[in-house]
Amino acid sequence: MSNRTIIPFGPQHPVLPEPIHLDLVMEDELVVEAIPRIGWVHRGLEKLVEKKDFLEMTYVAERICGICSFIHGLTYCHGIEQIMNIEVPIRAHFLRTLWSELSRIHSHLLWLGLVADAFGFESLFMHSWRIREKVLDIIEATTGGRVIFGSAKVGGTRRDIDNEMLKRIIAQVTEIEKEMKEISQTFLNDYSVQQRLKGVGILSKADANMLGAVGPMLRASGINQDMRKLNYAAYGHIDWEPVMAQDGDCFARVEVRVGELFQATDMIRQVIEKMPEGPVDVKVTGSPNGEFFARTEQPRGEVIYYLKGNGSKNLERMRVRTPTFANIPAITKILPGIQLADVPMMLLTIDPCISCTER
Amino acid sequence: MIEEQKLIEIIPSELVAKVRDMFVEQYRLVQIGCTKLPDRIEINYSFDKNYQFINYRLILANDKVEVPSVSSVYWNALFYENEIHDLFGLNIVGIVLDFKGTFYETKEKYAFATCPPPIEPVIKTTPVVNIKEKGKPQ
Repeated sequence: MSNRTIIPFGPQHPVLPEPIHLDLVMEDELVVEAIPRIGWVHRGLEKLVEKKDFLEMTYVAERICGICSFIHGLTYCHGIEQIMNIEVPIRAHFLRTLWSELSRIHSHLLWLGLVADAFGFESLFMHSWRIREKVLDIIEATTGGRVIFGSAKVGGTRRDIDNEMLKRIIAQVTEIEKEMKEISQTFLNDYSVQQRLKGVGILSKADANMLGAVGPMLRASGINQDMRKLNYAAYGHIDWEPVMAQDGDCFARVEVRVGELFQATDMIRQVIEKMPEGPVDVKVTGSPNGEFFARTEQPRGEVIYYLKGNGSKNLERMRVRTPTFANIPAITKILPGIQLADVPMMLLTIDPCISCTER
Repeated sequence: MIEEQKLIEIIPSELVAKVRDMFVEQYRLVQIGCTKLPDRIEINYSFDKNYQFINYRLILANDKVEVPSVSSVYWNALFYENEIHDLFGLNIVGIVLDFKGTFYETKEKYAFATCPPPIEPVIKTTPVVNIKEKGKPQ
Protein backbone atom coordinates (compact mmCIF):
# COMPACT_ATOMS: atom_id res chain seq x y z
CA MET A 1 0.00 0.00 0.00
CA SER A 2 1.29 3.47 -0.88
CA ASN A 3 1.78 6.07 1.75
CA ARG A 4 -1.25 8.20 2.37
CA THR A 5 -1.04 11.96 2.47
CA ILE A 6 -3.64 14.61 3.09
CA ILE A 7 -3.85 17.54 0.69
CA PRO A 8 -5.88 20.53 1.82
CA PHE A 9 -7.99 21.77 -1.09
CA GLY A 10 -9.31 25.26 -0.48
CA PRO A 11 -10.87 27.22 1.13
CA GLN A 12 -9.06 29.48 -1.36
CA HIS A 13 -8.45 27.82 -4.70
CA PRO A 14 -8.20 29.25 -8.25
CA VAL A 15 -11.19 27.20 -9.41
CA LEU A 16 -13.37 28.36 -6.51
CA PRO A 17 -14.73 31.87 -6.48
CA GLU A 18 -16.07 31.15 -2.99
CA PRO A 19 -14.57 29.28 -0.04
CA ILE A 20 -15.12 25.58 0.56
CA HIS A 21 -12.54 23.25 2.00
CA LEU A 22 -11.79 19.60 1.27
CA ASP A 23 -9.31 17.38 3.04
CA LEU A 24 -8.23 15.05 0.25
CA VAL A 25 -6.74 11.79 1.48
CA MET A 26 -4.38 10.72 -1.32
CA GLU A 27 -2.55 7.60 -2.36
CA ASP A 28 -0.03 8.94 -4.85
CA GLU A 29 -2.16 10.90 -7.36
CA LEU A 30 -5.37 9.09 -6.51
CA VAL A 31 -8.03 10.47 -4.17
CA VAL A 32 -9.00 7.88 -1.55
CA GLU A 33 -11.28 9.96 0.62
CA ALA A 34 -12.60 13.51 0.68
CA ILE A 35 -13.82 15.29 3.79
CA PRO A 36 -15.59 18.59 3.12
CA ARG A 37 -15.91 21.54 5.43
CA ILE A 38 -17.91 24.72 4.95
CA GLY A 39 -18.85 27.67 7.12
CA TRP A 40 -15.97 30.00 6.32
CA VAL A 41 -18.27 32.90 5.47
CA HIS A 42 -21.52 31.94 7.15
CA ARG A 43 -23.71 35.04 7.21
CA GLY A 44 -26.52 33.96 9.53
CA LEU A 45 -29.15 35.62 7.33
CA GLU A 46 -31.84 33.31 8.72
CA LYS A 47 -31.42 35.03 12.06
CA LEU A 48 -32.51 38.34 10.52
CA VAL A 49 -36.16 37.31 10.93
CA GLU A 50 -35.83 38.65 14.44
CA LYS A 51 -35.14 42.17 13.11
CA LYS A 52 -36.89 42.36 9.75
CA ASP A 53 -40.62 41.87 9.34
CA PHE A 54 -41.98 39.20 7.03
CA LEU A 55 -42.38 41.60 4.10
CA GLU A 56 -38.86 42.98 4.42
CA MET A 57 -37.47 39.43 4.54
CA THR A 58 -38.28 39.11 0.81
CA TYR A 59 -35.34 41.43 0.12
CA VAL A 60 -33.09 39.34 2.38
CA ALA A 61 -34.16 36.12 0.61
CA GLU A 62 -33.36 37.66 -2.78
CA ARG A 63 -29.89 38.55 -1.57
CA ILE A 64 -28.97 35.05 -0.43
CA CYS A 65 -27.56 34.38 -3.88
CA GLY A 66 -26.55 36.47 -6.88
CA ILE A 67 -27.33 33.78 -9.45
CA CYS A 68 -30.68 32.38 -8.40
CA SER A 69 -31.71 35.54 -6.58
CA PHE A 70 -35.21 35.65 -8.05
CA ILE A 71 -36.06 32.05 -7.21
CA HIS A 72 -34.98 32.60 -3.61
CA GLY A 73 -37.42 35.51 -3.43
CA LEU A 74 -40.13 33.52 -5.18
CA THR A 75 -39.76 30.55 -2.82
CA TYR A 76 -39.94 32.76 0.23
CA CYS A 77 -43.05 34.55 -1.10
CA HIS A 78 -44.64 31.23 -2.08
CA GLY A 79 -44.16 29.95 1.47
CA ILE A 80 -45.67 33.05 3.07
CA GLU A 81 -48.57 33.00 0.61
CA GLN A 82 -49.33 29.37 1.50
CA ILE A 83 -49.34 30.17 5.22
CA MET A 84 -51.56 33.22 4.76
CA ASN A 85 -53.81 31.67 2.08
CA ILE A 86 -53.11 34.46 -0.35
CA GLU A 87 -54.53 34.00 -3.83
CA VAL A 88 -51.85 35.31 -6.17
CA PRO A 89 -53.11 36.72 -9.52
CA ILE A 90 -52.54 34.32 -12.40
CA ARG A 91 -50.52 36.85 -14.40
CA ALA A 92 -48.09 37.13 -11.49
CA HIS A 93 -47.61 33.35 -11.59
CA PHE A 94 -46.73 33.54 -15.28
CA LEU A 95 -44.32 36.43 -14.73
CA ARG A 96 -42.65 34.49 -11.91
CA THR A 97 -42.21 31.53 -14.23
CA LEU A 98 -40.74 33.72 -16.95
CA TRP A 99 -38.15 35.26 -14.62
CA SER A 100 -37.37 31.86 -13.09
CA GLU A 101 -36.56 30.38 -16.48
CA LEU A 102 -34.45 33.37 -17.48
CA SER A 103 -32.55 32.77 -14.23
CA ARG A 104 -32.09 29.13 -15.15
CA ILE A 105 -30.64 29.98 -18.57
CA HIS A 106 -28.19 32.53 -17.21
CA SER A 107 -27.16 30.23 -14.36
CA HIS A 108 -26.57 27.24 -16.64
CA LEU A 109 -24.63 29.36 -19.14
CA LEU A 110 -22.50 30.66 -16.30
CA TRP A 111 -21.84 27.11 -15.14
CA LEU A 112 -21.12 25.79 -18.64
CA GLY A 113 -18.60 28.61 -19.05
CA LEU A 114 -16.93 27.80 -15.75
CA VAL A 115 -16.70 24.09 -16.49
CA ALA A 116 -15.28 24.83 -19.97
CA ASP A 117 -12.69 27.02 -18.28
CA ALA A 118 -11.91 24.20 -15.83
CA PHE A 119 -11.16 21.72 -18.59
CA GLY A 120 -9.12 24.31 -20.44
CA PHE A 121 -11.46 25.31 -23.29
CA GLU A 122 -11.13 29.09 -23.01
CA SER A 123 -13.05 30.07 -26.15
CA LEU A 124 -16.02 27.92 -25.14
CA PHE A 125 -16.01 29.65 -21.75
CA MET A 126 -16.05 33.07 -23.46
CA HIS A 127 -18.84 32.10 -25.85
CA SER A 128 -21.00 30.81 -22.99
CA TRP A 129 -20.59 33.98 -21.02
CA ARG A 130 -21.11 36.19 -24.08
CA ILE A 131 -24.50 34.57 -24.66
CA ARG A 132 -25.30 34.87 -20.96
CA GLU A 133 -24.89 38.66 -21.24
CA LYS A 134 -27.84 38.75 -23.62
CA VAL A 135 -30.01 36.99 -21.05
CA LEU A 136 -28.88 39.48 -18.42
CA ASP A 137 -29.88 42.27 -20.81
CA ILE A 138 -33.46 40.90 -20.93
CA ILE A 139 -33.50 40.66 -17.14
CA GLU A 140 -32.26 44.23 -16.85
CA ALA A 141 -34.85 45.48 -19.34
CA THR A 142 -37.71 43.80 -17.46
CA THR A 143 -36.67 44.25 -13.84
CA GLY A 144 -34.10 47.04 -13.76
CA GLY A 145 -31.47 44.77 -12.19
CA ARG A 146 -29.01 42.32 -13.65
CA VAL A 147 -28.23 40.40 -10.46
CA ILE A 148 -30.90 41.20 -7.93
CA PHE A 149 -34.25 41.34 -9.70
CA GLY A 150 -36.18 43.00 -6.87
CA SER A 151 -39.38 41.74 -8.48
CA ALA A 152 -40.64 39.13 -6.04
CA LYS A 153 -43.28 40.28 -3.63
CA VAL A 154 -45.61 38.56 -1.19
CA GLY A 155 -48.94 38.58 -3.04
CA GLY A 156 -47.60 38.77 -6.59
CA THR A 157 -44.85 40.61 -8.40
CA ARG A 158 -43.51 44.10 -8.02
CA ARG A 159 -43.50 44.74 -11.78
CA ASP A 160 -45.43 43.85 -14.91
CA ILE A 161 -44.05 43.40 -18.42
CA ASP A 162 -46.01 45.02 -21.25
CA ASN A 163 -47.03 43.03 -24.31
CA GLU A 164 -44.63 44.90 -26.60
CA MET A 165 -41.74 43.86 -24.37
CA LEU A 166 -43.00 40.28 -24.24
CA LYS A 167 -42.87 40.11 -28.06
CA ARG A 168 -39.33 41.47 -27.99
CA ILE A 169 -38.37 38.80 -25.45
CA ILE A 170 -39.57 36.05 -27.82
CA ALA A 171 -37.40 37.50 -30.61
CA GLN A 172 -34.39 37.80 -28.30
CA VAL A 173 -34.84 34.30 -26.90
CA THR A 174 -34.98 32.91 -30.47
CA GLU A 175 -31.69 34.64 -31.21
CA ILE A 176 -30.14 33.35 -27.96
CA GLU A 177 -31.38 29.85 -28.75
CA LYS A 178 -29.53 29.86 -32.09
CA GLU A 179 -26.29 30.77 -30.37
CA MET A 180 -26.84 28.21 -27.61
CA LYS A 181 -27.25 25.51 -30.29
CA GLU A 182 -23.75 26.33 -31.55
CA ILE A 183 -22.07 25.96 -28.16
CA SER A 184 -24.16 22.93 -27.21
CA GLN A 185 -22.80 21.10 -30.29
CA THR A 186 -19.31 21.59 -28.91
CA PHE A 187 -20.25 20.64 -25.35
CA LEU A 188 -21.97 17.45 -26.47
CA ASN A 189 -19.92 16.32 -29.46
CA ASP A 190 -16.38 17.61 -29.12
CA TYR A 191 -13.81 14.84 -28.71
CA SER A 192 -11.65 16.59 -26.10
CA VAL A 193 -14.70 17.54 -24.00
CA GLN A 194 -15.89 13.95 -24.00
CA GLN A 195 -12.42 12.71 -23.08
CA ARG A 196 -12.40 14.90 -19.99
CA LEU A 197 -15.98 14.28 -18.87
CA LYS A 198 -17.17 10.83 -19.93
CA GLY A 199 -16.96 8.08 -17.35
CA VAL A 200 -15.56 10.45 -14.71
CA GLY A 201 -17.15 11.08 -11.31
CA ILE A 202 -19.98 8.60 -11.61
CA LEU A 203 -22.83 8.92 -9.13
CA SER A 204 -25.12 5.91 -9.26
CA LYS A 205 -28.90 6.19 -9.12
CA ALA A 206 -29.06 4.58 -5.68
CA ASP A 207 -26.31 6.80 -4.26
CA ALA A 208 -27.88 9.93 -5.72
CA ASN A 209 -31.14 9.17 -3.94
CA MET A 210 -29.67 8.03 -0.64
CA LEU A 211 -27.17 10.91 -0.44
CA GLY A 212 -30.00 13.40 -0.96
CA ALA A 213 -28.66 14.85 -4.21
CA VAL A 214 -30.89 17.33 -6.01
CA GLY A 215 -31.35 19.07 -9.35
CA PRO A 216 -29.27 18.25 -12.44
CA MET A 217 -26.97 16.17 -10.21
CA LEU A 218 -29.92 13.87 -9.39
CA ARG A 219 -31.47 13.85 -12.87
CA ALA A 220 -28.10 13.06 -14.49
CA SER A 221 -28.14 9.83 -12.46
CA GLY A 222 -31.45 8.77 -13.95
CA ILE A 223 -33.87 9.97 -11.27
CA ASN A 224 -36.90 11.77 -12.57
CA GLN A 225 -37.42 14.46 -9.98
CA ASP A 226 -37.91 18.15 -10.53
CA MET A 227 -39.71 20.34 -8.00
CA ARG A 228 -41.36 22.30 -10.80
CA LYS A 229 -43.66 19.27 -11.03
CA LEU A 230 -45.21 20.52 -7.77
CA ASN A 231 -46.85 23.07 -10.09
CA TYR A 232 -45.98 26.21 -8.16
CA ALA A 233 -46.02 29.47 -10.16
CA ALA A 234 -47.36 28.66 -13.68
CA TYR A 235 -45.57 25.35 -14.23
CA GLY A 236 -48.89 23.54 -14.15
CA HIS A 237 -50.08 25.57 -17.15
CA ILE A 238 -47.29 24.63 -19.55
CA ASP A 239 -46.17 21.41 -21.19
CA TRP A 240 -42.80 20.10 -20.12
CA GLU A 241 -41.01 17.07 -18.75
CA PRO A 242 -37.82 16.95 -16.67
CA VAL A 243 -34.57 16.60 -18.63
CA MET A 244 -32.81 13.38 -17.71
CA ALA A 245 -29.61 11.47 -18.37
CA GLN A 246 -28.66 7.99 -17.25
CA ASP A 247 -24.88 7.70 -16.92
CA GLY A 248 -24.40 9.75 -13.75
CA ASP A 249 -20.97 11.02 -14.86
CA CYS A 250 -19.70 14.55 -15.44
CA PHE A 251 -20.80 14.41 -19.07
CA ALA A 252 -24.35 13.42 -18.06
CA ARG A 253 -24.49 16.48 -15.81
CA VAL A 254 -23.49 18.63 -18.79
CA GLU A 255 -26.13 16.91 -20.93
CA VAL A 256 -28.87 17.69 -18.41
CA ARG A 257 -27.92 21.33 -18.11
CA VAL A 258 -27.61 21.80 -21.86
CA GLY A 259 -31.02 20.14 -22.26
CA GLU A 260 -32.48 22.48 -19.64
CA LEU A 261 -31.28 25.52 -21.59
CA PHE A 262 -33.55 24.61 -24.48
CA GLN A 263 -36.32 23.47 -22.18
CA ALA A 264 -36.21 26.93 -20.56
CA THR A 265 -36.48 28.76 -23.88
CA ASP A 266 -39.45 26.58 -24.78
CA MET A 267 -41.07 27.34 -21.43
CA ILE A 268 -40.50 31.08 -21.93
CA ARG A 269 -42.28 30.92 -25.29
CA GLN A 270 -45.20 29.00 -23.80
CA VAL A 271 -45.44 31.38 -20.85
CA ILE A 272 -45.54 34.43 -23.12
CA GLU A 273 -48.06 32.86 -25.48
CA LYS A 274 -50.36 31.88 -22.61
CA MET A 275 -49.80 34.97 -20.45
CA PRO A 276 -53.23 36.14 -19.23
CA GLU A 277 -54.16 39.77 -18.73
CA GLY A 278 -54.91 41.09 -15.28
CA PRO A 279 -53.36 42.49 -12.12
CA VAL A 280 -49.96 41.33 -10.89
CA ASP A 281 -50.42 41.62 -7.15
CA VAL A 282 -52.95 41.64 -4.35
CA LYS A 283 -52.98 43.58 -1.12
CA VAL A 284 -51.59 41.66 1.83
CA THR A 285 -53.15 42.18 5.21
CA GLY A 286 -52.34 40.54 8.52
CA SER A 287 -49.30 38.52 9.47
CA PRO A 288 -48.36 34.87 8.88
CA ASN A 289 -49.57 32.45 11.53
CA GLY A 290 -48.57 28.88 10.75
CA GLU A 291 -45.79 27.01 9.02
CA PHE A 292 -44.91 25.71 5.57
CA PHE A 293 -42.02 24.03 3.77
CA ALA A 294 -41.83 25.86 0.44
CA ARG A 295 -40.04 23.81 -2.21
CA THR A 296 -39.02 25.05 -5.65
CA GLU A 297 -36.50 24.12 -8.32
CA GLN A 298 -33.54 26.43 -8.64
CA PRO A 299 -31.01 25.97 -11.46
CA ARG A 300 -28.93 23.88 -9.03
CA GLY A 301 -31.86 21.90 -7.70
CA GLU A 302 -34.46 21.83 -4.98
CA VAL A 303 -34.39 24.69 -2.47
CA ILE A 304 -36.44 24.57 0.72
CA TYR A 305 -37.68 27.45 2.79
CA TYR A 306 -39.14 26.42 6.12
CA LEU A 307 -41.18 29.34 7.40
CA LYS A 308 -42.92 29.54 10.73
CA GLY A 309 -44.92 32.47 11.96
CA ASN A 310 -46.92 33.16 15.12
CA GLY A 311 -49.15 35.97 13.93
CA SER A 312 -46.67 38.75 14.62
CA LYS A 313 -44.86 40.76 11.95
CA ASN A 314 -41.66 38.82 12.54
CA LEU A 315 -41.37 35.16 11.67
CA GLU A 316 -40.30 32.77 14.38
CA ARG A 317 -38.05 30.90 11.99
CA MET A 318 -36.83 30.97 8.43
CA ARG A 319 -34.65 28.02 7.56
CA VAL A 320 -33.17 27.69 4.08
CA ARG A 321 -31.77 24.43 2.73
CA THR A 322 -29.97 25.25 -0.47
CA PRO A 323 -29.27 22.81 -3.33
CA THR A 324 -25.50 23.03 -2.91
CA PHE A 325 -25.79 21.99 0.75
CA ALA A 326 -27.75 18.93 -0.40
CA ASN A 327 -25.19 18.11 -3.10
CA ILE A 328 -22.08 18.29 -0.89
CA PRO A 329 -22.48 14.69 0.39
CA ALA A 330 -22.47 13.51 -3.23
CA ILE A 331 -19.05 15.13 -3.76
CA THR A 332 -17.59 12.88 -1.10
CA LYS A 333 -18.94 9.90 -3.06
CA ILE A 334 -17.69 10.87 -6.53
CA LEU A 335 -14.22 12.08 -5.55
CA PRO A 336 -12.67 8.81 -4.29
CA GLY A 337 -10.92 6.99 -7.11
CA ILE A 338 -10.23 10.00 -9.32
CA GLN A 339 -6.96 11.76 -10.12
CA LEU A 340 -6.01 14.87 -8.18
CA ALA A 341 -5.98 16.85 -11.45
CA ASP A 342 -9.70 16.10 -11.94
CA VAL A 343 -10.78 17.33 -8.49
CA PRO A 344 -11.46 20.97 -9.46
CA MET A 345 -13.57 19.96 -12.44
CA MET A 346 -15.40 17.35 -10.40
CA LEU A 347 -16.22 19.90 -7.75
CA LEU A 348 -17.54 22.23 -10.43
CA THR A 349 -19.90 19.62 -11.85
CA ILE A 350 -22.16 19.98 -8.82
CA ASP A 351 -22.34 23.71 -9.67
CA PRO A 352 -21.44 24.74 -6.13
CA CYS A 353 -22.88 28.00 -4.84
CA ILE A 354 -21.25 28.70 -1.53
CA SER A 355 -22.99 32.05 -1.26
CA CYS A 356 -26.32 30.15 -1.06
CA THR A 357 -24.91 27.56 1.29
CA GLU A 358 -23.47 30.19 3.62
CA ARG A 359 -26.81 31.93 3.85
CA MET B 1 -52.11 24.44 -5.51
CA ILE B 2 -51.14 23.60 -1.94
CA GLU B 3 -48.70 20.75 -1.59
CA GLU B 4 -49.77 18.17 0.98
CA GLN B 5 -47.20 17.99 3.74
CA LYS B 6 -47.48 15.37 6.48
CA LEU B 7 -46.23 16.29 9.92
CA ILE B 8 -45.76 13.60 12.55
CA GLU B 9 -44.50 14.32 16.05
CA ILE B 10 -42.12 11.79 17.60
CA ILE B 11 -40.00 11.43 20.73
CA PRO B 12 -36.20 10.94 20.75
CA SER B 13 -36.38 7.21 21.51
CA GLU B 14 -38.47 6.63 18.35
CA LEU B 15 -36.30 8.67 16.04
CA VAL B 16 -33.73 6.20 14.69
CA ALA B 17 -36.32 3.46 14.10
CA LYS B 18 -38.62 5.84 12.23
CA VAL B 19 -35.76 7.15 10.10
CA ARG B 20 -34.64 3.59 9.36
CA ASP B 21 -38.17 2.82 8.13
CA MET B 22 -37.93 5.76 5.73
CA PHE B 23 -34.58 4.51 4.49
CA VAL B 24 -36.00 1.05 3.84
CA GLU B 25 -38.90 2.65 1.97
CA GLN B 26 -36.26 4.50 -0.15
CA TYR B 27 -37.31 7.97 0.89
CA ARG B 28 -34.78 10.72 0.24
CA LEU B 29 -33.65 12.67 3.31
CA VAL B 30 -34.53 16.18 2.20
CA GLN B 31 -33.31 18.15 5.18
CA ILE B 32 -32.95 18.32 8.94
CA GLY B 33 -33.68 21.70 10.44
CA CYS B 34 -33.82 23.07 13.95
CA THR B 35 -36.13 25.76 15.32
CA LYS B 36 -35.52 27.40 18.67
CA LEU B 37 -38.71 28.63 20.28
CA PRO B 38 -39.13 30.36 23.64
CA ASP B 39 -40.47 27.22 25.35
CA ARG B 40 -39.04 24.36 23.30
CA ILE B 41 -36.80 23.24 20.48
CA GLU B 42 -38.12 21.54 17.36
CA ILE B 43 -36.08 19.44 14.97
CA ASN B 44 -37.71 18.62 11.64
CA TYR B 45 -36.59 15.57 9.68
CA SER B 46 -38.02 15.90 6.17
CA PHE B 47 -38.31 13.10 3.62
CA ASP B 48 -39.53 12.87 0.07
CA LYS B 49 -40.47 10.09 -2.31
CA ASN B 50 -42.21 10.81 -5.61
CA TYR B 51 -43.06 14.33 -4.37
CA GLN B 52 -44.68 12.96 -1.20
CA PHE B 53 -43.36 15.10 1.62
CA ILE B 54 -43.25 13.65 5.13
CA ASN B 55 -41.89 15.45 8.10
CA TYR B 56 -41.02 13.93 11.47
CA ARG B 57 -40.82 16.44 14.28
CA LEU B 58 -38.82 15.91 17.40
CA ILE B 59 -39.74 18.23 20.26
CA LEU B 60 -37.14 18.88 22.94
CA ALA B 61 -37.82 20.62 26.23
CA ASN B 62 -34.37 22.24 26.28
CA ASP B 63 -30.93 22.09 24.68
CA LYS B 64 -29.58 19.68 27.32
CA VAL B 65 -31.57 16.74 25.91
CA GLU B 66 -29.40 14.29 23.98
CA VAL B 67 -30.49 13.67 20.39
CA PRO B 68 -29.47 10.40 18.72
CA SER B 69 -27.74 10.81 15.37
CA VAL B 70 -29.37 9.33 12.27
CA SER B 71 -26.16 9.53 10.24
CA SER B 72 -25.64 5.78 10.59
CA VAL B 73 -28.83 5.39 8.55
CA TYR B 74 -28.60 8.34 6.15
CA TRP B 75 -24.92 9.23 5.78
CA ASN B 76 -25.71 12.75 4.50
CA ALA B 77 -27.45 13.50 7.83
CA LEU B 78 -24.03 14.19 9.32
CA PHE B 79 -23.88 17.54 7.56
CA TYR B 80 -27.23 18.65 8.96
CA GLU B 81 -26.39 17.33 12.42
CA ASN B 82 -23.02 19.07 12.55
CA GLU B 83 -24.75 22.25 11.39
CA ILE B 84 -27.35 21.98 14.16
CA HIS B 85 -24.66 21.35 16.74
CA ASP B 86 -22.56 24.30 15.61
CA LEU B 87 -25.41 26.79 15.30
CA PHE B 88 -27.76 25.71 18.10
CA GLY B 89 -25.41 23.97 20.53
CA LEU B 90 -27.49 20.79 20.65
CA ASN B 91 -25.90 17.58 21.84
CA ILE B 92 -26.26 15.10 18.97
CA VAL B 93 -24.81 11.75 19.93
CA GLY B 94 -23.09 9.31 17.58
CA ILE B 95 -22.56 11.36 14.41
CA VAL B 96 -20.51 9.19 12.03
CA LEU B 97 -18.21 12.11 11.27
CA ASP B 98 -18.32 14.53 14.19
CA PHE B 99 -16.58 17.82 13.44
CA LYS B 100 -16.88 18.67 17.15
CA GLY B 101 -17.86 22.27 16.58
CA THR B 102 -15.55 23.05 13.65
CA PHE B 103 -17.95 22.51 10.75
CA TYR B 104 -18.98 26.16 10.82
CA GLU B 105 -16.43 28.89 11.49
CA THR B 106 -18.85 31.34 13.06
CA LYS B 107 -17.58 34.36 14.96
CA GLU B 108 -20.07 33.70 17.72
CA LYS B 109 -20.37 30.19 19.15
CA TYR B 110 -23.87 28.67 18.90
CA ALA B 111 -25.13 31.81 17.18
CA PHE B 112 -28.68 30.47 16.83
CA ALA B 113 -29.00 29.18 20.40
CA THR B 114 -30.67 32.30 21.69
CA CYS B 115 -34.26 33.12 21.06
CA PRO B 116 -35.69 36.62 21.29
CA PRO B 117 -38.73 37.21 23.52
CA PRO B 118 -42.05 36.84 21.70
CA ILE B 119 -42.86 39.93 19.69
CA GLU B 120 -46.28 41.49 20.04
CA PRO B 121 -48.01 42.64 16.86
CA VAL B 122 -46.72 46.10 16.08
CA ILE B 123 -49.25 48.84 15.44
CA LYS B 124 -47.61 51.65 13.59
CA THR B 125 -49.03 55.00 14.60
CA THR B 126 -48.43 58.20 12.72
CA PRO B 127 -48.09 61.27 14.94
CA VAL B 128 -51.18 63.39 14.48
CA VAL B 129 -50.38 66.99 13.72
CA ASN B 130 -53.12 69.45 14.37
CA ILE B 131 -52.65 71.84 11.48
CA LYS B 132 -54.85 74.53 12.98
CA GLU B 133 -52.93 74.55 16.22
CA LYS B 134 -49.62 74.41 14.38
CA GLY B 135 -50.63 77.45 12.39
CA LYS B 136 -51.60 79.47 15.47
CA PRO B 137 -49.32 82.36 16.36
CA GLN B 138 -47.51 81.67 19.62
